[in-house]
Amino acid sequence: MNSASAVKFLYAAYIATWVVHASYIGSLVRRYSRLRRQMKDMGK
Amino acid sequence: MRSYWSITLATLAKDIRLEWRSKDALNAMLFFSLLVVVIFVFSFDPLAEESRHIAGGLIWVAFLFATVVALNQTWARELRNQVLDAYRVSPAPATALFLAKALGNFILVSLLEALMAPLFVIFYNLRVLGPAWQLIPVALLGTWALVVNGTFFAAMSVRTRSRELMLPLLLFPVSIPAVLGMVAATTNILTGENSAHFYIVLLLTYDVVFTTACIGLFDTVLQAE
Amino acid sequence: MKKAFPILAVLTALFLAYAFYQAMFIAPTDALQGDVYRIIFYHVPSAWTAFLLFFINFIASVQYLASAKPSSARAAKWIVIAVGIIGVVVPFLPQVQQWLNTIGMYPSSAATTALMIPAAYFLVGKYFLGQDLDVLAVTAAEVGVVFCTIVLITGPIWARPVWGIWWAPGDIRLTSTLVLWLIYVSYLVLRHFSDGAQTQKLAAVLAVFGALDIPLVYFSIWFFRTQHPQPVIGGGGSMDPRMLHVLLISWMAFLCFAFLVCWARFQLEKLRREVEEAEALESLLEPGGSAGQTSKGKVLSRGRQ
Repeated sequence: MNSASAVKFLYAAYIATWVVHASYIGSLVRRYSRLRRQMKDMGK
Repeated sequence: MRSYWSITLATLAKDIRLEWRSKDALNAMLFFSLLVVVIFVFSFDPLAEESRHIAGGLIWVAFLFATVVALNQTWARELRNQVLDAYRVSPAPATALFLAKALGNFILVSLLEALMAPLFVIFYNLRVLGPAWQLIPVALLGTWALVVNGTFFAAMSVRTRSRELMLPLLLFPVSIPAVLGMVAATTNILTGENSAHFYIVLLLTYDVVFTTACIGLFDTVLQAE
Repeated sequence: MKKAFPILAVLTALFLAYAFYQAMFIAPTDALQGDVYRIIFYHVPSAWTAFLLFFINFIASVQYLASAKPSSARAAKWIVIAVGIIGVVVPFLPQVQQWLNTIGMYPSSAATTALMIPAAYFLVGKYFLGQDLDVLAVTAAEVGVVFCTIVLITGPIWARPVWGIWWAPGDIRLTSTLVLWLIYVSYLVLRHFSDGAQTQKLAAVLAVFGALDIPLVYFSIWFFRTQHPQPVIGGGGSMDPRMLHVLLISWMAFLCFAFLVCWARFQLEKLRREVEEAEALESLLEPGGSAGQTSKGKVLSRGRQ
């Protein structure tokens, strides 16, 4: 495989890395806001 | 105070008696093992040139499935009769009970293997080209590797949701080096192309390490509530 | 720490951007692989970070199990000290030095690695007490799985253009990493599916089993490789020092990032436990209704997180 088309794999790897990290951080944010909502409901 | 081994053997004898009384479960497991072999025969062409190369893998995957079914069965019965709670409060050392359970499972799984192995030999026309006697330590060590961890993880999954699913989920990853060893050793013995010596040593090491770990940590698992 | 978080987040983002710049533009192009080798600057640091996190989980799990009884805590302490002493002395024995040379390691690096075990044990034991040990364990496991997933995704993406195949069964590092990933995913599944106070102990036991398993995995694959022909992997040998420099920068950046993510996950877990306790308390104190039921059932049921 020549260098030019191989670079696509480089981009794919970097993008995949950040997609995974973003998804995980997103799930942390989602869980956090759900907990906050639960706490607020209980406070009532 | 009865000795450690007499407790183990007594519990084992009780388990075997109970298993023998509920023979329909045993028969169902035997039939399941037969079915697994047949499915494999239809999925992987026995007449192919390479059948001797893949037979090792097929046999052990089939044994693995049979082990999981057998383990789930034996613990299901315990749960129904709340035996686990009885174990927890009994003065007998927890590890004696674990060994009894593991030995009972070992006997049961060996029985299933004793049925399945000849079937594989017949369907796949297997002739052993290497030192056939080596298959015995491989079978013993390999089966123990699956059963000792299986019994332990079955105890661990007893109070989880989806208990029957939990057992293979926990067992398979940890068993990977043992499975690699069993399959590679069996393949080497069948094809006679390489020595199985290293894998037998690997299996022995695996068995020693994990039997120790299981015995050491079973009390923690049993009391963890 | 909470106030410092936004600043640290910005700094880390800048650091990651700098590492990216270094990886893409400053590091020299590889003679054999061309530019695609730059995947290494994400692949390898993720692997090292994942292994570090799993190591922390192992230490925290052992501490958690040992802390159950003072006798086991003492025994564990002495075992860990013994491991440290053996680990420092053994690499300098002549036979062991020879073997280390064959795998390209200096005795001093082996000794330092061995010293990490008691060092980590005592550090973790000092700053994380009681329940915090378990919170640390689950945090390290989860974030470790995230990084490990990235290793397993970037690995084959890198292998395909370079070796022509996505996966080589004898690739000892990638296969061992796969098994490690499987063990820790099963760890997280166990935590998810089990109810009640015993989850933590059971998970800690599973972590110990996983740690015992990994050397066996490594050796089994290593020997398997010697009996089966492997794809020829071009290159290898020592790395251009400029590339190594960028690799370390990248690793430092990812470590900072991992630290922040772990901190966030740690706080989330503590908050979740607080909410759970408050809910349990509330249901116990409710007049009529649930107070009549067995409170054990409610206290032990955990919310899905």
